[in-house]
Amino acid sequence: MLKKRIIPCLDIKDGRTVKGINFVGLRDAGNPVELAKEYSEQGADELVFLDISATDEKRKTLIHLVEELSKEINIPFTVGGGISTLNDVDLLLKAGADKVSLNSSVVKNPKLISDISQRFGNQCVVVAVDSKQFETQDFVFVNGGKIKTDFQTLDWIKRAEELGAGEILLTSMDFDGTKQGFDVRLLKQVSEICNLPLIASGGAGKIEDFTEVFSKTNATGALAASIFHFGEVQIPELKLNLKQNKIPVR
Amino acid sequence: MIAIIDYGAGNIKSVENAIEKLGFETILTSDFDEIRNAEKIIFPGVGEASTAMKFLKEKNLDILIPTLTQPFLGICLGQQLLCSYSEENNTECLGIFDVKVKQFPSTEIVPHMGWNNLSNLKGDLFKCVSEADDFYFVHSFYCELSENTSSECNYILPFSASLQKNNFYGMQFHPEKSGDIGSKVLENFLNLN
Repeated sequence: MLKKRIIPCLDIKDGRTVKGINFVGLRDAGNPVELAKEYSEQGADELVFLDISATDEKRKTLIHLVEELSKEINIPFTVGGGISTLNDVDLLLKAGADKVSLNSSVVKNPKLISDISQRFGNQCVVVAVDSKQFETQDFVFVNGGKIKTDFQTLDWIKRAEELGAGEILLTSMDFDGTKQGFDVRLLKQVSEICNLPLIASGGAGKIEDFTEVFSKTNATGALAASIFHFGEVQIPELKLNLKQNKIPVR
Repeated sequence: MIAIIDYGAGNIKSVENAIEKLGFETILTSDFDEIRNAEKIIFPGVGEASTAMKFLKEKNLDILIPTLTQPFLGICLGQQLLCSYSEENNTECLGIFDVKVKQFPSTEIVPHMGWNNLSNLKGDLFKCVSEADDFYFVHSFYCELSENTSSECNYILPFSASLQKNNFYGMQFHPEKSGDIGSKVLENFLNLN
């Protein structure tokens, strides 16, 4: 049976791990390679690295980090942040990344999804969507959640699927940083219109939040950052709890 | 020397890293003679079937591979290319396994992405592996069950998680991304006589 994935996310700035609360107010949470190894040993199923300092100058640092990660860990990992060309993707995959996560660049240029998918396969194309609700509608935000777009979340995800995305990483900005649990409403709506693997992100604060998201939605993975970095939720304990609740995990 | 066939697609680095970590020397190559003379050959793969077959033909590797007698391991797309035919862009493949590669129905969640366990494990590659162990899969096309099936996986339907015929081995999962149990399977392959 396919297992539900637990995915720690490491936000990278200048080679260090940080996690914003509601996308502002960054706190240092350690060395990414050391954290990655520890998570891998604890039973993380996959890792996501988001470079939030991505500029051309810093990209070289990121490539070195990816090379080091590829040597040190033997579970899949995704790299995102500032990826806007086929060449960016080529360099990251060659350095050892398994997938790339794309956000603002594909909203601006949706064709990039199909270009990457055709060249490298859809399995490596993660479309990351930051979504926030306005009245009764959900909208896509770009540039680290700073800029609202006219794209409605469900329409955009459907389009990303048609263009050749391999996976959706959905962050609810309304829930991110609140530790009130995942955005079950939005995740349910997305899985009704999309047949791609779906990673739930934003809002995890305790073990029960993971149980809830996997029992109430079709999310195939759940992502969190600070609660793992600061040890508020330990992966072995989380997985044991999920197993006890009959949710298949590794 | 372990030859890793380089056909310019996907994440080959992690296969190289995984093998070197086990203490074996590797060479990343698409050269006919280097591949022919290697002690063992690994054919990793993510990417698209027809593009990969075209590349093999340009290098005459489609002629070489079926004649090889040393242990040969195809991973993911590498396993699919060892089959007879793939529905992915109607591609005639190498035909070592008399198996068709089919597409998962798009009404389900595809790709099959994540950790899944195997059943009916057969052969030396699965020494020290149990049906409770999970391996990492990511694919939208699958190899049908056949007499060459050496382990099965069930996602939407049962399919060949691995295949074996003589010196040819295939794995749909990624041993290089499957943690310590994946390394064990790779090590079992590298230690074949």
